[in-house]
Amino acid sequence: MSAVAQHSFVSHVAYVLRQNPVTLIAFTLLAALIVCAVFGPALVPYDPLASSDTILQPPSAAHWFGTDHLGRDVFSRVIVATRLDMAISIGAVALSFVAGSILGCIAGYWGGWFDSIISRGLDMIMAFPLFVLAMGIVAALGNTVENVIYATAVINTPFYARVVRAEVNIRREAGFVQAAKLAGNSDYRIVAMHIFPNALPPMMVQVSLNMGWAVLNAAGLSFIGLGVRPPTPEWGIMVAEGANYIISGEWWLALFPGLWLMLAVFTFNLLGDGLRDMVDPRQRL
Amino acid sequence: MLTIKDLHVQFDTRHGVVDAVRGVNLHLDRGETLGIVGESGSGKSVTAFSLLRILDSGGRITGGHIDYRGIDLSQVDNASMNDIRGREISMIFQNPRAALNPIRKVGHQIEDVLRHHAQATRYDARAKAVAALEEVQIKDAASRYHAYPFELSGGMCQRVVIALALACKPQLLIADEPTTGLDVTTQKTVMDLIQALAQDRNMGVVLITHDLGLAGTYCDQLVVMKDGEIVEQGAPQKLTKNAVHDYTRRLLAATPHRGKQLHELVVDGVEKPIPPAGDILLSVNAVTKTYAGKAGPVQALQGVSFDIQRGGCLGLVGESGSGKSTLSSIIARLQDATSGDVQFNGASLFNAPASKYAKDTRRSEIQMVFQDATDSLNPRQTAAQSIAEPLRHLTTMNRLERNDRVEQLAEDVGLPLALLSRLPHQLSGGQKARVGIARALAVQPKLLILDEPTAALDVSIQALILNLLADLRHRLNLTYLFVSHDLSVVQMLCDTVVVMRLGQVEEMGPTEQVLSQPQSDYTRQLLQAMPTPLFA
Amino acid sequence: MTPRAKIISARILQAIPVVIGVVVITFLLTRSLPGDPAVYFAGDAADAESIQEVRQALGLDKPLPQQFFIYVADLVKGDWGNSLSTGQPVLSDLARRLPASLELTLLALFLSCLIAIPLGVLAAVKPGSWRDHLCRVVVTAGVSLPTFFTGILLIYIFYYVLDIAPSPLGRLGFLYIEPDPVTGFYLIDTALTQDWETFMGAAKQLILPACTMAIFTLAPIARMTRAAMLQALSSDFIRTARAAGLSQRKVLIGYALRNALLPVVTTLGMVFSFALGANVLVEKVFAWPGIGSYAVDALVASDYAAVQGFVLAMALLFVALNLIIDLLYAVIDPRIGFEAS
Repeated sequence: MSAVAQHSFVSHVAYVLRQNPVTLIAFTLLAALIVCAVFGPALVPYDPLASSDTILQPPSAAHWFGTDHLGRDVFSRVIVATRLDMAISIGAVALSFVAGSILGCIAGYWGGWFDSIISRGLDMIMAFPLFVLAMGIVAALGNTVENVIYATAVINTPFYARVVRAEVNIRREAGFVQAAKLAGNSDYRIVAMHIFPNALPPMMVQVSLNMGWAVLNAAGLSFIGLGVRPPTPEWGIMVAEGANYIISGEWWLALFPGLWLMLAVFTFNLLGDGLRDMVDPRQRL
Repeated sequence: MLTIKDLHVQFDTRHGVVDAVRGVNLHLDRGETLGIVGESGSGKSVTAFSLLRILDSGGRITGGHIDYRGIDLSQVDNASMNDIRGREISMIFQNPRAALNPIRKVGHQIEDVLRHHAQATRYDARAKAVAALEEVQIKDAASRYHAYPFELSGGMCQRVVIALALACKPQLLIADEPTTGLDVTTQKTVMDLIQALAQDRNMGVVLITHDLGLAGTYCDQLVVMKDGEIVEQGAPQKLTKNAVHDYTRRLLAATPHRGKQLHELVVDGVEKPIPPAGDILLSVNAVTKTYAGKAGPVQALQGVSFDIQRGGCLGLVGESGSGKSTLSSIIARLQDATSGDVQFNGASLFNAPASKYAKDTRRSEIQMVFQDATDSLNPRQTAAQSIAEPLRHLTTMNRLERNDRVEQLAEDVGLPLALLSRLPHQLSGGQKARVGIARALAVQPKLLILDEPTAALDVSIQALILNLLADLRHRLNLTYLFVSHDLSVVQMLCDTVVVMRLGQVEEMGPTEQVLSQPQSDYTRQLLQAMPTPLFA
Repeated sequence: MTPRAKIISARILQAIPVVIGVVVITFLLTRSLPGDPAVYFAGDAADAESIQEVRQALGLDKPLPQQFFIYVADLVKGDWGNSLSTGQPVLSDLARRLPASLELTLLALFLSCLIAIPLGVLAAVKPGSWRDHLCRVVVTAGVSLPTFFTGILLIYIFYYVLDIAPSPLGRLGFLYIEPDPVTGFYLIDTALTQDWETFMGAAKQLILPACTMAIFTLAPIARMTRAAMLQALSSDFIRTARAAGLSQRKVLIGYALRNALLPVVTTLGMVFSFALGANVLVEKVFAWPGIGSYAVDALVASDYAAVQGFVLAMALLFVALNLIIDLLYAVIDPRIGFEAS
């Protein structure tokens, strides 16, 4: 990218952030999440797995988010869990991004039989309520964290494939693609170098929205006892454990991990909206 | 009837406030037709929208008065404005099919307007709507009443839009590019209809158009706008003979009409020598193309044959659906024909399938300039990268040689070197067209296919690009296949014309001969729709 | 046959391969159980001999295609296996519990549409205004809330702190008597017999879980409404309508919203997918006796026949809902059937 284009990108980003302070907040939150994920275990005051005698203590100066039924520090557990929850969703999203891109490019560019087979296959996946399919896959493949990642990837893949397919398909006959053919590009090169990069903006939006959804899915699965097992700190499990104490008034057990989970999902969702405005080159001047 | 004094309109955009209209004064009497002529961005449509106060969001009238029969339209409250819209002043739009609610029967849409303005009751609305449809000469109006817009042709939709606009017998009609998006043969009938209705009802009409020829034919008064200001006004005759403003003269010159020479399009243009014709470079023999459509096979081309001589320029003319674009992409080897043959330079082009043609040694010999300059440039590549693209794949040049060649090409097509580092959306329409031409010329093709290269451009830009093309042809000894729907452009540039209709050749021959002695009815129809010299 | 009728029958025919695909996937999930499926199906107390019996009974010693046909034949006969934990046939378990799930899901979606569509319209009328931003933040927050967490939060606030909601256990408090099943929907069944006291009791139980799910599904509906409204409002035909002097109300509701609702209807399929998934979690939190909580209990008890039955039932339900949505679309959009003719 040339200096002119570079400068215009920077000013465009500045413009979007000015117009949309919410996106700025989302970026800040994302940075905080990344810090927690990377340095979490080093930052927290207590060992997230260590029990103590101070059980079910409400939030205090010593225990910001209180302690749970085994006397573990809720704050430490919530922060440490960031890494695991993020790892699951990033892994799942990365897998589905790659699979979806490849399938979508093939279906969108070459069309015909490839398209029919791929599209029908994706329809089969979409014919299930997705969370239910994820439940079924994890139940069938075995109750492990890896299988939660695979299941989440499978249910996300149709979204990417469909976005890419549509984006590739509308550009298949575009003037610049025909011009690229006249310039001697092969089909593979045209798809990879000319069409796919133009499909990236909507893909990035999808990635961001899907990250939030993947976090929710992973937490939801562990809430019903699939995937991560206690005593590993994980937001979904912590909420599930905390739920037992809510009707006796110990609200902090469920509230803080739930809020943290919500915050993470919220961040990705807001980011998706902001990214959409930012990466679209047509909106840049 | 209508007087506009010192109208100012501003738009809030992300780059600050833009003055779209800057001090416009207009006057229109009952029964008179006023033409507002200007190119894109001149503020002509904004002026019209502000009359009815239907500006897009972010736009507002910031000064001046709009006096309509004693009422200041810029001041009245919204409720009274709503009573005026449709009953006193009506508007029709370009793109008639999009201008109608896609999921409501056209009859009901007319009824909505009639009943809203208390021109009809529940009981007689239907009869009145049918009557309104009959007035715009829609045959079988009673059954068209039940049609949805998608079931009607473009010309029919425009009639419905006119019926809707005139249903409540307004005194003033604003027509915003009413023929844009219609086939040339329908354009004339729609304009004639508007004129006849206006005369019948002694209605005032404001016609907004980019087409000086059209405005000159149908208007009593003309106003030329540029950058939000009126640069010239007067009766058409007076305006064309004694244009004072520089821009008006340029616009007049750039407007093509029958018999105009290419160099006359630009002020101080010089006639280019026409290269002598040589042997036959391209020979199209009985080419057919059949697509598998949903409702059975579609015959896009049904046995098309013609020759192009080396150094010649052949104009391929036809309306949408004639198969001209399909044929040009077959010759460019972007798709395969169903049968037939194309000989290029003495050898068949069809001995390699289109899918394998990227590696063919002849790939660089036929290049193409595309219709929509915006669509034909990769939004993520700079102008220089776009131009260099064929050089990277079809030549053995290294990076430095490529850069030199790109700069030389930019000079050839008149693109300032400073613009080479820009992305397409940072370039104007004319600049993008130049990038597209430079890219096509990069690998020194023998044959250049020009697929409506100026269709999306303003006339003044079109004039420059057409002259550039003629100049390049002469300088680089090129052969052109020029695809267009516009005979008036083709007659200036091409020495041979092929008229196509529904996948078949309707007529062909030397341009002069086809224009003066058309053999087929269809060609005659096209010729009739062609603008004549303005008031000569 | 009219083009429209052709489209509709073609759409119904299209559902058949989808159903076959669903059955194939469910079958594959059945056979890819970790370890030996026979061990699982035989239960914890089984010895080698009974496992072998189960294997033969299930046909697991036969080649895969043959197993598939046996599986399909059993499904068609209504033999979806027996649940280990309830000891009942899975199909009758599911059939008994389905109305509870459907009542909850449908009411939630109804509530959601009731709030989300006006929100979307409000946001689209003035894009970029504070109202638009507020709507966006509210619905985004809604979809970011894990349903199981929202449910717990609502229980804490309305049951524990404010004490205005009944205890979050099932469809009816223990003081009430279940209405005679007609539709299986308590609200409808009680209204039919005019038993308003039980009606109120059922409504009270329903309101918190329904709200939990509605909050989660607000976002997709509101976003789609906003986007479709923006698109509709910037269309040429809206300008025509405004230029013809139609009232703001007529333009907004009669012209723009009617057009905008068409794409919204198509997103309902996605929303159902969301809602049926969330349903599982919500039922677990509120001890709702639907098929979702049944599946969760079965998962915990490693009761795989029940889990698979549940997955299949959910998928078939979803296919049926999608079919209904598409048919609805074909009925309300006059353009359907035109392209094909």
